Amino acid sequence: MREQAIAERRLSMAEAVREALAQEMRRDPRVFVMGEDVAEAGTPFKVLSGLVQEFGPERVMDTPISEPGFTGIGLGAAMTGMRPVVDIMFGDFLFLALDQIANQAAKVHYMSGGKLKAPLVIRTTLGATRRSAAQHSQSLHALVSHIPGLKVALPSTPYDAKGLMKTAIRDDNPVVIFEDKMMYTVRGPVPEDDYTIPFGQADVKRAGDDITLVATSSMVYVALAAADLLAKEGISAEVIDPRTTVPLDVETLVSSAMKTGHAIVIDEGYQSYGVTAEIASVISDGAFYQLDAPVKRMGAMDVPIPFSPALEDLTVPTAEKVAELAAKLCRKGS
Amino acid sequence: MSAAKGGQSLDMYRSMLRIRLFEEQVNDLYRGAKMPGLAHLYIGEEAVAVGVCSALRDDDYITSTHRGHGHCLAKGASVDRMFAELLGKEAGYCRGKGGSMHIADQAKGNLGANAIVAGSVGIATGAALSAKKRGTDQVAACFFGEGALGQGVVYECMNMAALWKLPVIYVCENNMYNEYTHYLETTAGDIALRAPAFGIPFREADGQDVRSVYETTHAAVDRARSGEGPSFLLYRTYRQHGHHVGDIDRAYYRSKEEETSWATDRDPIKLLAQSMEAEGVADAVTFDRLEEEVRTEISEGVKFALDAPYPGPEEVQMHVYA
Repeated sequence: MREQAIAERRLSMAEAVREALAQEMRRDPRVFVMGEDVAEAGTPFKVLSGLVQEFGPERVMDTPISEPGFTGIGLGAAMTGMRPVVDIMFGDFLFLALDQIANQAAKVHYMSGGKLKAPLVIRTTLGATRRSAAQHSQSLHALVSHIPGLKVALPSTPYDAKGLMKTAIRDDNPVVIFEDKMMYTVRGPVPEDDYTIPFGQADVKRAGDDITLVATSSMVYVALAAADLLAKEGISAEVIDPRTTVPLDVETLVSSAMKTGHAIVIDEGYQSYGVTAEIASVISDGAFYQLDAPVKRMGAMDVPIPFSPALEDLTVPTAEKVAELAAKLCRKGS
Repeated sequence: MSAAKGGQSLDMYRSMLRIRLFEEQVNDLYRGAKMPGLAHLYIGEEAVAVGVCSALRDDDYITSTHRGHGHCLAKGASVDRMFAELLGKEAGYCRGKGGSMHIADQAKGNLGANAIVAGSVGIATGAALSAKKRGTDQVAACFFGEGALGQGVVYECMNMAALWKLPVIYVCENNMYNEYTHYLETTAGDIALRAPAFGIPFREADGQDVRSVYETTHAAVDRARSGEGPSFLLYRTYRQHGHHVGDIDRAYYRSKEEETSWATDRDPIKLLAQSMEAEGVADAVTFDRLEEEVRTEISEGVKFALDAPYPGPEEVQMHVYA
C-alpha cells in the first residue's frame, strides 16, 4: 500500500530535504535553521527555498560567514532547549567548525556524566565532479564518523533523505547529515506523510547472490549501474546502502557478505583511513570464514580534488571500474 | 552600591573564602598525590566569579573555563560533589568523567567548564539565543580569560550577539598571563576598543573589588534582561598561583615581587574584609566564625570525596550517546 502511495508522488532530493525540515518545523516550535544564505537565498543549491516565507527570519536565520561561531551558537541553543539545524554549506567548511563539532558537541553529554544533551543537526554536503576544485569537493564523513558522540547519516535517495532528516532532528544527539550536492535534482518516490528512518538500519537497494556492493550516498548509483553491467555477465550483485555510518548496521553488511562470499565497499571519501577501510574491516571480521576473496575498497583517490574535468573524473569510483573489480573477484573466487 | 552592602557583602565574602579554601585544599590534594591529573587554581581571582554570579539568578546560564572551580562554586555548586569530580569519583558532578576542567551543573545553570580556550563562547551565546527564542528573560554570562582574545570565535560570536541583540555578557578575566606569557606580548591594540567595534558596550572594573564587579555586572545583566543586548566586561585580576598546580618555578615569566605585592596588597578577600571592618559591617569575630564554618564545609567535603567510590567499569561506555 505504501508503494502505491509512493508511486504517485515523486520529489527531488532537494524537495525531500525541504519537506522534512518544513514538516518538523511545523511539528516542533523548537526546530529552527541557521547558516549562511539559508533564508531568502535558500542556500546556493536552493534546497531551502520557500522556508523563510513560511517560517520567517526568526526560524530561518541567515548568519555571517562564521562557521565556528554559528556552529557553537547552535550547540548552545541545543543544550538549552532548542533543536537547531545548522547549515554548513560545503562539507569542506567542516574543518573550520571542528572544535565546536568534535571537542564540544560530541563530548558534552559524556563529559557532563549524562546531564547535558546536544540535539543538534549539522546539514552539510559531500561529493566531487561539480568542477568545484579542492576546497569545495571533499567527502568528509569519515572525519566526523571517527569521533565518538556524533551520529552520521548519508542519504542516497529522496525517500531516505526525508526520513533520515526527520530522525536526525528528533535525535537527542548531535547528528551530521551529508547530502551529495550532485544529487539534489535526482528524483524519486517520497510520500507526503510523516515517516522516519531509524539510524543504524542499512537498506538493500538491490538483492543479489554473488557479490555484495556496499555503497554510500551517490556511490549507491555507481554500484547499481555496476550491478547492471555485472548482470549482463551473469553475476548477481547485491547493493547495500548503510545509510548511517554511525551507528553502522554491521549485521546486515556481514550477513550479506556471508551469503555472497565477496564484497567491495564503495565510498566517495578519500580511500586511506576512511569509511571504506572501516566497513571492509567490519565485514572481514564478521564474515571471514565465508569469504572467497579479500574485501576490496574503492574510495576517492588520495589526492586533493583537481579542478580539470579530465583529472577530476579520475578521482571517483565509476560503475565500470566497480564492475571490473567485482567480475575479477567473482571469477577468482569461484 | 547599597545593594552590595551588609548581608550581601557577607555572603560574597563567604563565597570568596569558600573558593579560596577549596583551591588550597585542591593544591594539597595534588601535592599529596591524592588527585589524578592537574588543576588550574583560581586563587586571587575570586572576586570576579563571586561578583558576577551574585548578579545572576539561579536560572541564568554561565559557561566557564579550564580555571573554572571558582565559577562553579560561585554559581552554587557544592564542595563535596566538586571534590568528588576532581578525584574522578562517581558522586562527582559529572560522575567522574569530566574532571577539573569540565564541571557542569545544569541545575544551577552552569553549562560547563571548557578545556579549549574560548571553547564555550559559542555555547554561551547560543544559550542567550535560546533564551530569547523561548521568550524567557534569562541571561548568559560567558567567562573567559584574556588569552581567549586570541581566538577568532570570540569575535564571530560577539558579532552575532550584537546583530541579534542577545542577552549575553562576555566576562573577560584579565589575570595578565596567557599560560606562561604576559598578555602584552600576545595582545595588540587596546582591549577596550574590541567590543565597541561591534557596537557592544564595554565596561571595565577592578577585578579585586567584588562590590565593583557586582555593580558593573548588575548593570550589564539589567541591560541584557531588558532586551538591550550584549555587554563586554573586563575585570583586571591576578592569578596568584601558577598556570596549574605543577607550575612552581615561575621566575622566567614573572617576578616574585609582583606576586607578593598582589597577594598582600591586592588580595580580593583581604580587601573586602578591610572595607567591611571600616564600615562596621563585620569584625574579626565574624570573620573567624565564617572561616571556621567554611573550613568545616571543606574538610567534610573532601572527606566525602576521598571516601566515595570510583565509577564501575560499566560507566566507561555510558553517556557516549543520549
